[in-house]
Amino acid sequence: MSVATSTAREVTRTVSTGRSKDKSLGSLVFLGALWFSLFFGVMVLLVLIVDTAIEGSPRFDSALITEYGSRVRPESTGFRAGILGSLWLMVFTALFAVPLGIAAALYLEEFADGDRWWNRLIELNLQNLAAVPAIVYGLLAVAVMALMGFGRSGIVLGGAIALALLILPVIIITTREAVRSVPQEIRQGSLALGATVWQTTWRQTLPSAVPGIATGTILGLSRAIGEAAPLIVVGLAGSVRFDPTGVMSEITALPMMIYSLTSNSQEEFRTAASAAIIVLLIMILGLNALAIYIRNKFQKTW
Amino acid sequence: MKLTSIRRALVPGIAALALALSACGGSDAGDDTSGDGVSGKVAVDGSSTVFPMSDAAAELLLEETPDVDVTVGESGTGGGFEAFCADKTDISDASRPIKDEEAAICEEAGIDYTELQVATDALTMVVHPDLAVDCLTVDQIIQLWGPDSKVKNWNELDPSFPDQEISLYGPGTDSGTYDYMAADVIGAESESTRADYQSSEDDNVLVQGVAGTEGATGYFGYTYYEENTDSLKALSIDSGNGCVEPSAETAQDGSYTPLARPLFIYVNNAKYNDNEAVKTYVDFYIENLAEIAEVGKFIPLSDELYGETQSALEGIGS
Repeated sequence: MSVATSTAREVTRTVSTGRSKDKSLGSLVFLGALWFSLFFGVMVLLVLIVDTAIEGSPRFDSALITEYGSRVRPESTGFRAGILGSLWLMVFTALFAVPLGIAAALYLEEFADGDRWWNRLIELNLQNLAAVPAIVYGLLAVAVMALMGFGRSGIVLGGAIALALLILPVIIITTREAVRSVPQEIRQGSLALGATVWQTTWRQTLPSAVPGIATGTILGLSRAIGEAAPLIVVGLAGSVRFDPTGVMSEITALPMMIYSLTSNSQEEFRTAASAAIIVLLIMILGLNALAIYIRNKFQKTW
Repeated sequence: MKLTSIRRALVPGIAALALALSACGGSDAGDDTSGDGVSGKVAVDGSSTVFPMSDAAAELLLEETPDVDVTVGESGTGGGFEAFCADKTDISDASRPIKDEEAAICEEAGIDYTELQVATDALTMVVHPDLAVDCLTVDQIIQLWGPDSKVKNWNELDPSFPDQEISLYGPGTDSGTYDYMAADVIGAESESTRADYQSSEDDNVLVQGVAGTEGATGYFGYTYYEENTDSLKALSIDSGNGCVEPSAETAQDGSYTPLARPLFIYVNNAKYNDNEAVKTYVDFYIENLAEIAEVGKFIPLSDELYGETQSALEGIGS
């Protein structure tokens, strides 16, 4: 363990237990400020979730997930199209983003010569891409769809391209982090036994980095599932009443349906939107739970 | 040992991913043509104001013909026409007539279309029933609701108005009603109204607020006023030709301006004639227009206007 890590751990322990030997006013005030920040963040989130859950509670029924949206019967409107649409989007976003992201990260980490200007340029761009507003990726996806010759972009493919572009930087950065944390000795051992760089990467480094890669990927996906802005730009319709059947199917997404209903003047629709927010939260929490499970299952210590 | 098992799991996994990726890129792109006239599919986009109507039409149609897949978007009247004239949609919802430059783009792309009026949208300015104000000019509305407005008392608008403090009620900035007021009635460059008013997305809250506060005023869709005529007083609007009371008639004949506007759908003629699904949807839409307008909370067309819409529809087929 490096000196920096152990020092950081020591500091954290002192702050979190409050058992510091330093009893000066300054440090007590700072400790108070830290606690307040923590409390504030958690409380706001909690109040928000509880408030939404209470507002949506009249609509926690099966119609909420099995029925299509209904304007004629607002009291039993459902989000089936949005939920299915979001699930399809997630699968195809992962199919596009994960292999690309992992490949790019492996290249940058294991093969690229960091002194070359083009590699440095790529790296600089990656950092910047992670901070680009989500809506810009929607515009990018529209352009990509147009270049590929698709007349309509409001389909599974268009949405998945937008979301894949959105989370690609996140996946690349976390994968690089994970690959970098694999001890150098593993690689050296493999190379010393006569393996090529490719064999070492494929058989040793990559499998050892799975927990980190999986966690980063799934956290990226849980960000993507809650996005509405790029999907609106891509042209996903707000109202769909059939199930997706393929990548060329028109779909809608859960966050878009929620967005559209929250400003509706009819009480029933806003209640349904609140309930749908809870459904979306459960989907995101499910993904995060999966990330934690994978990390724990494959975690190794050296 | 552990390492090997992970690798064994991972390698086929990634291979499967790659396979699936290439598979879906190839097969699905071929059989399902996008763009021009997919049978059984109808693409509608455009005004978010008309969205509830087109959405309701899609839902009601589903009960009769479950095989017609209708998608309805709400990317705005302008965005709708852009897609419509690029041949990406079959029908465009609009809360205003098509502009000349939009029509030129459509013409250049060789898209013939037909305009069908489907309903009338009207705002109503209401006040507390006891307030001695009956009519506002358009300038006074702008003075009262404009983004820079500081008006706090009725007598600031007109010395003959009572010395009574104003409480303002209006819809939230996300709503189409707000957009209409800000962009079309006030017409400020910022497309906003003043911000210091009680806002609610729930029109019932606005009704209660105005009805229960002396000197209060607010605005919302005409149909909500219609349901609450007992507890509210509607202001007449003077746009230069004298005060005009809000009613279904004045909204439709154009005299209740600028607080009333016609709503349209634009139908691509070629799609209507070639694509059975589009024809089914549009015919159903116009046939059940009164019911659909009611679901969307708009003023249904008068018999005369409905007749015009019907004959315009017949004109597409020939």
